[in-house]
Amino acid sequence: MARGLRQLIPAALSAALLAALVLGTLGAVTIRAGGFGALRGPDLSALWFTLWQAALSAALSCALAVPVARALYRRRFMGRGLLISLLGAPFILPTIAAVMGLIAVFGRRGFVNEALGAVGLPEVTIYGAHGVIAAHVFFNLPLATRMLLHGWQAIPSERFRLAQSLGFGPAQMLRHLEGPMLRRVLPGAALAIFLVCLTSFAIALTLGGGPRATTVELAIYQAFRFDFDMGRAASLALVQVGLCLGALVVSLLVTLPSSSEAGLDRPPVTGLGAGLVLRAQDTLAIAAASAFLLIPIATILLRGIPTLGALPGSVWSAVGTSLWIAGGSTLLTLALALPLALAAPRHRWAEAAAMLPLTASALVMGTGLFLIARPFVNPTSLALPVTLIANAALSLPFAVRILIPEARQLQADYDRLAASLGLTGVARLRLLTLPRLARPLGFAAGLSAAFSMGDLGVITLFSDGETQTLPLALFQLMGSYRLDQAAGAATLLMVLTFALFWACDRIGHHADPR
Amino acid sequence: MRKPLMLAGLVIAATPVVAEDKPQLTVYAPDYFTSEWGPGPKIEEGFEAICNCDLKFVAGDVLPRLLLEGERTEADAVIGLNTDVTARARATGLFAPHGQDTSALSLPIAWEDDTFLPFNWGETAFIYDRTKLENPPASFEDLLNAGDDLKIAIQDPRSSISGLALLLWVKGVYGDQAPEAWAKLAPKVLTVTPGWSESYGLFTDGEVDMVLSYTTSPAYHIIAEEDDTKVAAIFPEGHYFMTELVAQLKTTDTPELTQSFMDYILSDGFQSMIATANWSYPAVIKEGFLPEGFAALPRPAKTIFYTEDEAEALRQPALDEWLAAFAN
Repeated sequence: MARGLRQLIPAALSAALLAALVLGTLGAVTIRAGGFGALRGPDLSALWFTLWQAALSAALSCALAVPVARALYRRRFMGRGLLISLLGAPFILPTIAAVMGLIAVFGRRGFVNEALGAVGLPEVTIYGAHGVIAAHVFFNLPLATRMLLHGWQAIPSERFRLAQSLGFGPAQMLRHLEGPMLRRVLPGAALAIFLVCLTSFAIALTLGGGPRATTVELAIYQAFRFDFDMGRAASLALVQVGLCLGALVVSLLVTLPSSSEAGLDRPPVTGLGAGLVLRAQDTLAIAAASAFLLIPIATILLRGIPTLGALPGSVWSAVGTSLWIAGGSTLLTLALALPLALAAPRHRWAEAAAMLPLTASALVMGTGLFLIARPFVNPTSLALPVTLIANAALSLPFAVRILIPEARQLQADYDRLAASLGLTGVARLRLLTLPRLARPLGFAAGLSAAFSMGDLGVITLFSDGETQTLPLALFQLMGSYRLDQAAGAATLLMVLTFALFWACDRIGHHADPR
Repeated sequence: MRKPLMLAGLVIAATPVVAEDKPQLTVYAPDYFTSEWGPGPKIEEGFEAICNCDLKFVAGDVLPRLLLEGERTEADAVIGLNTDVTARARATGLFAPHGQDTSALSLPIAWEDDTFLPFNWGETAFIYDRTKLENPPASFEDLLNAGDDLKIAIQDPRSSISGLALLLWVKGVYGDQAPEAWAKLAPKVLTVTPGWSESYGLFTDGEVDMVLSYTTSPAYHIIAEEDDTKVAAIFPEGHYFMTELVAQLKTTDTPELTQSFMDYILSDGFQSMIATANWSYPAVIKEGFLPEGFAALPRPAKTIFYTEDEAEALRQPALDEWLAAFAN
């Protein structure tokens, strides 16, 4: 028992740090404001818009991800690995670059409307609530697809073999093999996406078409910046935390605990989904997802590449700063996420703590940290550490989310064996945990690094006016009419972000003994 | 024993070397200010040449930061405040008079504030591409009555200073009829962006026909890009005045140095570089302060401006009218 408790210490520390970061900062803001402020009418409509668009975005992203992930699991073709990596790209794209890409394709002067106009059809518009949802699906379909694909890969191939030899059709496969997996993975995926869309800020505004598309996060920003009403900002932040925790409870209730047995790590079976109809269905799913996700990205790349050579020197030094921060916050994310993910299968609080940062408002977190740090140190001297910690905290929920299903599987499959062998502590970590989790760890590291690259984060109050990250340089170029160079910086940001993600993901794959 | 020594070495290396013990002047400024394309570096160079000091800009959210810090702030002065926040900034009681002669200012309106000193100015305007928009609206009324296939991008008044200026502009032109004006304008608004740069990007990409920006925006294209196709639509009803301000803090620990910074603001050295450093009119315009392309920009016949008390009183009702116009 004592050893069991000792094993929980890293997870408890990690959870305490996250709670302090999310709830402590909210508390600091509330105390400074002298209590919570009353909400206004527009705040309530923002709340309603936030809820329904997040629910719809999560449902659509998950529903569309099922056929895409299944097609990617069943089919083998040239460049499949690369395509899977590329399809992950939108999720890690800096928001501003993604919005530019979507507009280039679906905007008034985009390809789609040019084509519609050429054949005399009326124009479609991406501006409005549906634009916000389309953008959210664009960002989150890749996440859902990857989480489901991992789910499919985690089903031991022996079971598919058995199912094949028993002559299971697609409906029976779904019922006996894929269905239980979906019930384990989908609620978590839907929750993660719901929370991302709940706290979304920039996309909703640019594609929203007007003030009807106002999210709670934006209302918090406006309460701070426009009204200087910290009490109302704190109330809104509390509402946001409450919503997120409510969603978390619901998803925990509907998630099916894993009960599967270990496989023998045989390669995936071939010949799944044979037959013309299934083949056509899978081809269509992969082709449609590729077109929707990759064409906007390709457009931005093509536009930015010619201006890469003309980028000013300061952009390149910003690249150095961003890479440095990304590296540091990735290590920090993994160090905090792994203990939580390992504790989560037995202790629900670990999972809840890991989701906390998703509920946080970046602005409230930044302001709270500022209020807490200010009596002791000059906040500008903390610019880099605060950025590092905030970036790590904000990507941690995804890292844990990715690790949990496989950590659960790992414990279900190997706990008794490891216990009977007396494999504990560092030896267990080195010989069992890290190798078996290499794949999701690599993926999680890639995501963290990518998020950190693209995030403007909470640093505005801590900025020292000298440390410049690549996204900040991009915004400054945009803010001073240099939109061509900004397109170049956006391309650079995209390429670097993706390269980091890809490198981490590959390292994870190579370290996996299977 | 080696580790503590190495740590000591790191600590020494990390301590900044203070050159010649020059006094430091800390100035809070908006984010855009300190980039190499903003006015910050030129101001720093110009002032450090005469002050024998170290001018340090701290970039970020100027007023929220100041409100959080109160009297313990390390700022000696702030630069880049807009008229929309002066009422709240003044109410903090943190600021000291600027001590400058405001009769020297070349503004289209009278400026008598003894605390907040303008260093540049311009007016809101809708910008269009004259090669793409054949019949641009000749007045605000024309814009309201244009077909709904004319698409414009504006900024959100709750997150952007130019967006708020548009609210006051419409209020200044239409007064009590502002709700009707917004009802006519709303169908032409393709989207409302959080800040100016996203809107302007939509315009340069050809997504919108006109964008809410400044009368001085065409100067950038003319001077930096040798492109004279971007034009401001000048409306006879008038344009809303915008200015950026400097103020010094009572709590400064180097009052003389801070005062000399305030004196520097209206000096020829500062004012002569503002036009191309900030793409706006300098607060003091003398011979040669405006490059050729700038001086030739068309000027509105009328400038609209609300004092800070008027603007503060109008802010919430005007915002509610705006929200109502977009609600259906």
